[in-house]
Amino acid sequence: MGRPLSEWIDRQADRLFILPAVVAILAFSIFPLLVSAYLAVSRFQLTAGGYQIRYIGWLNFKKILTGSEQFHFLGTFAPIPWFAWILPLLALLFVGRGLRLYLTTGRVTVLGAIGRAISAALIVALATLIAATCGPHGGLGTVSVTLMYVVIGVSFQFLLGLGLAMLCAQRIRGRGFFRVVFMIPLMVTPVGVAYTFRMMADMTQGPLSPLWRLLGLGDLTWASQGWSARLVVMVGDAWQWIPFIFIVLLAAIEGQSREQVEAASLDGAGFWRIFRDITWPEIAPVAATVVLIRVIEAFKIIDLPNILTNGGPGIATESLTLHSFIYWRTLDLGGSAAVAYSLLFISTVFSVSFFNFVVQPVRSARK
Amino acid sequence: MNARKSWFEPRKLGEMAPAARIGIYAVLGFWALVVLFPLYWLFITSFKLPIDVAYPPKYLPFLDFAPSLSAWRYIFVDLGNDTLRPYFNSVIVALSSTVLSVGIGSMAAYALSRIEYKPRLGSILCFILILAGVVVAVLAGHVDWRLATLVGIALFILVLRTVARRFRRHVGNPDILFWIISQRILPPVVAALPIYVMFQHLNLLDTHLALIVTYMTINLPISVWLMYDFLVGVPTDLEESAQLDGASRFRIFFGIVLPLAKPGLIATFLLVLILAWNEYLLALFLSTAKAQTMPILIAAQNGTRGPQWWYMSALITIMIAPVVALTVALQKYIAQGLLLGAVKG
Repeated sequence: MGRPLSEWIDRQADRLFILPAVVAILAFSIFPLLVSAYLAVSRFQLTAGGYQIRYIGWLNFKKILTGSEQFHFLGTFAPIPWFAWILPLLALLFVGRGLRLYLTTGRVTVLGAIGRAISAALIVALATLIAATCGPHGGLGTVSVTLMYVVIGVSFQFLLGLGLAMLCAQRIRGRGFFRVVFMIPLMVTPVGVAYTFRMMADMTQGPLSPLWRLLGLGDLTWASQGWSARLVVMVGDAWQWIPFIFIVLLAAIEGQSREQVEAASLDGAGFWRIFRDITWPEIAPVAATVVLIRVIEAFKIIDLPNILTNGGPGIATESLTLHSFIYWRTLDLGGSAAVAYSLLFISTVFSVSFFNFVVQPVRSARK
Repeated sequence: MNARKSWFEPRKLGEMAPAARIGIYAVLGFWALVVLFPLYWLFITSFKLPIDVAYPPKYLPFLDFAPSLSAWRYIFVDLGNDTLRPYFNSVIVALSSTVLSVGIGSMAAYALSRIEYKPRLGSILCFILILAGVVVAVLAGHVDWRLATLVGIALFILVLRTVARRFRRHVGNPDILFWIISQRILPPVVAALPIYVMFQHLNLLDTHLALIVTYMTINLPISVWLMYDFLVGVPTDLEESAQLDGASRFRIFFGIVLPLAKPGLIATFLLVLILAWNEYLLALFLSTAKAQTMPILIAAQNGTRGPQWWYMSALITIMIAPVVALTVALQKYIAQGLLLGAVKG
């Protein structure tokens, strides 16, 4: 009996190797994705002895886009303050330049044009959305807040991580020590990071409270102001994720060829020249990939805002994942799925655009 | 160091001006402080009494305040099982899901790097359509889910044997690889709801199994990605000669490939383990009491009387101590694993 079975297994080996992974992903990604899609267009109600799911069309999306929950998802609209006009203008300039470059290459395809149109429209729309809700009478919605965590947070993390990696790549004693120490925050559970930063940021009893008193800020509570609360969330996130960017970039910098750098420094090139002309072109593909990974993960942020500020004050620090989770907790499964799907749409378009228009060109420029 | 010489000769290659060196040390030292101080504060807070958490802050145990074990006694003796159970839940869930994820992931990665697959586009499309049909039938048509699944499978086999054969277009290994990796873009919250409902139907909510299977899957993209990049670099001559000797794929994989891939395996294992150990959102959905994991226990400490910093600090300390120790001990592998994904990606 054993022989035919084992022979059969051997014959099917090619399939059996990949089957478990494909089945697991189908069961836990594709199937849930379809169910979520259905939930997003239906209403979930608890009834006597069970629940009922009823198809209601686009009402869930209507609610968060134009209806009673618009303030929560998109934000409260207000006249655009003068300084905020720069956001949609910059987005238009950026997108316009990209599109013009694309149209002048002469390799325009239908699919490529559609993809670029979607990316361009999303970028301009999101920039306008932030501008239209950031005024003194407006209020940012969860879309804008999540985008801020992604764009501002990741840029900041990237610059600091790159700077630290550059410094740590110099020939100095104790590099090994710094490298290990700088890596630690990556492993700390995000829930723990959130509580630790609540302690650190406590302005009345925290370790920095004497400093705040000295500066006359002892009575300020960061948790009651939208901007400072967001800042604290971003600082916590940066503390956790700078190590990731740091380690990868450090390895990339150390992997570059030494001779070129030495030849350049013999020629009298300074630190900046060497960085700009030799190091940066060499590590750019890795840098682009690291940023892509961070962007993908940053869209999913929930632990920090949930525990540091509970999404507050009001909804000032609420991310899209937290928004969706709050709906789920109140048994609004349809709304929860609608928010989750919107997040999926934004993060997919954003990540795929970043991959196609930043990571790929940088990689092919290198080759 | 010869001070007189350096006036006349250019500095040696790679040698820095003292000012630059001091500047670099200052920045790196400052960042080391930024990294370590919060952890130090966390650690000493776990030895504080409630009365010690007040203004002015107390920084140094024994000098500023008398360290007390009361928080530690509380979480280990008074809470006892309420601390230990989540802790062991976390250990069980993280370890088993990581073993499964890395195992299944490296099998798939090996297959994708050595065997050519050609799934037909037509079969994939009809699979998705039938799956969608089953979902709608169960949710909207109130068809029993077992019946709907059976009908769906039957339909799929039927279509596969007849219509789908006519489609010649197929996808290749790079497409499959990209498909698996791109699952990482999927925000967990999109999948969490249906997974919750699914486990509810299977009566598996709040069990280790539910968490293990879910974590295994959400970490599969990372396992496959890292192991693929690693296995592509492993030379194939040994495998080929084993194949000529008539060894089966499984023998080759477990006997030859896995031992060669040990560094990659360790790196992947560590990264996935840490992700599973720290996971929060899905645990929030899938575990309520019995299978509660550490992140949920810690998050729940935000009681009505305000956060109890001293208990919380002790809990967070025991949660992060093992992973920080692992990191310090095996940092080479972790750096390698992270680089593996980012460089070739």
